[in-house]
Amino acid sequence: MDNIEKRILDEVLDIHKMPEGAMNIRLNGEAAERRSTANIDITSRPDGSGINIDIKPHTKNQTCCIPVVISKTGYKEMVINAFTIGEDCDVTIVAGCGIHNCGDQDSQHDGLHTFHVGKGSHVKYIERHYGEAADGRTGGRIMNPKTEIYLEEGAVLEMESTQIKGIDSTNRETKAVVGKDAKLILKERLLTNGTQVAESHMDAELIGEGASANLISRSVATDESRIVFYSNIEGKAPCHGHTECDSIIAGNAKVLAVPALDADHPDAELVHEAAIGKIAGEQLIKLETLGLTREEAEQAIIDGFLK
Amino acid sequence: MISIKDLTYGVDDEQGKKDILRNISLEIPDDCFAVITGPNGGGKSTLAKVLAGVLKPASGTITFDGVDITDMSITDRARAGISYAFQQPVKFKGIEVIDLLRLAAGDKTLSVGDACTYLSEVGLCARDYINREVDSSLSGGELKRIEIATVLARASKLAIFDEPEAGIDLWSFNNLINVFRRIKEKTHGSIIIISHQERILEIADTVIVIENGQIKKQGAREDVLPSLLGTDSAVGECSVKTQVRETAAV
Repeated sequence: MDNIEKRILDEVLDIHKMPEGAMNIRLNGEAAERRSTANIDITSRPDGSGINIDIKPHTKNQTCCIPVVISKTGYKEMVINAFTIGEDCDVTIVAGCGIHNCGDQDSQHDGLHTFHVGKGSHVKYIERHYGEAADGRTGGRIMNPKTEIYLEEGAVLEMESTQIKGIDSTNRETKAVVGKDAKLILKERLLTNGTQVAESHMDAELIGEGASANLISRSVATDESRIVFYSNIEGKAPCHGHTECDSIIAGNAKVLAVPALDADHPDAELVHEAAIGKIAGEQLIKLETLGLTREEAEQAIIDGFLK
Repeated sequence: MISIKDLTYGVDDEQGKKDILRNISLEIPDDCFAVITGPNGGGKSTLAKVLAGVLKPASGTITFDGVDITDMSITDRARAGISYAFQQPVKFKGIEVIDLLRLAAGDKTLSVGDACTYLSEVGLCARDYINREVDSSLSGGELKRIEIATVLARASKLAIFDEPEAGIDLWSFNNLINVFRRIKEKTHGSIIIISHQERILEIADTVIVIENGQIKKQGAREDVLPSLLGTDSAVGECSVKTQVRETAAV
């Protein structure tokens, strides 16, 4: 990897050193580095579409990083990565994609991640997306990540996805089927500017007694950008579901939030909240009384909101 | 020292122009603990906002340490050494107590230990709060104390507190009095508190009474306070309880 690619990798992983534990770095469609461990086995899928990640039962306190870096202009790919996590695990998975577009053609990463999480396992899944263009270049950065999650009895999956900046167009789809006493937490952070567009769909199907889901989206849309957020919780058993969408808009940006609840069982308890608005004037004034300029105050509020 | 001369502030309402502050002239010397009191709607909080730069006066001048700050922005006044604690603390989604204290201290590297000191000063068990978000999950009393902690973290030459007792419970109020006693002992600078609580008035050096937008009385506490006892300008603890009940009912 050259220095630009290493820097993009840092942005995606949010760390400034190579990760420990199991790892697969995909660079312009090739495996730049791969490391399996005793408990986490990473193999290429037979059809070459991506990788399979198999995590043995009872694997505790281990990490698996599978970042993607694209540095070629005009490069487009569709990648399938399948995670199978055994029973009684406690693991952290870090994924995401960074695009440095050095030319004038669009670069695009589409991906499908599937997670089968075994009984009683706890998975923390962190996904970061970042894009940038080389100086004076006009090539677009496009990402369309899909995530499918299946949680067995008592499993927990916490997903934190962040689109940091520089993605011109994204269409995210996250679907989950939540079993008995299993718990799903999806937290999404999105920032758009310029003429960027971002669309996010979150669907949770609660099929087991005691299942729960919490779908949270926080987004900031500025300039002429547009964000569309759909969330849908289907309660098909005695379950708890909550979805929340908070957005800050600035400039001529537009945000559409459509939270939906579908109670298909008399003991399903489902709640939704949505709020869209400018930064409150009193928030700016408070930070100005602490000595921040108007611009510094706006940045501090946005940074906190998306943290 | 802050010096206010012939200050006027008005608003336009349905009946035309209405003066909220009229020809206010006042001097608060260094190291003075001043309490501004008076009946509701008299203009106390408006004066605090004008001093902090949140509202612009129609006429008059404000001088701070010899510098005319009348036309200065909120930010520039803050940087000149004026702090302002809101009557209704502002909530922020995502910003944690430690973030707010770091912004207040102007020090991104302010240690958790130092930040905890400010929280302990206002009677909060620091470890429980340092990573809490400054949002609706905190009670009114907790937000109020965090608001005061942000002013402590600024260590400024002039601190203005707008009705610090508003919306807090009696237990918090008793602690608040101790907080202000400590601030008075430790702080090297002027403090202005907008309040009509008798127990806050009792620790003032100077008491100023504002009524109908004008200064009705001002002077040393021992000269002014006796004439206020039993009026709306100096209410006792029972009123705190009543306020809380009213707030809860709303």
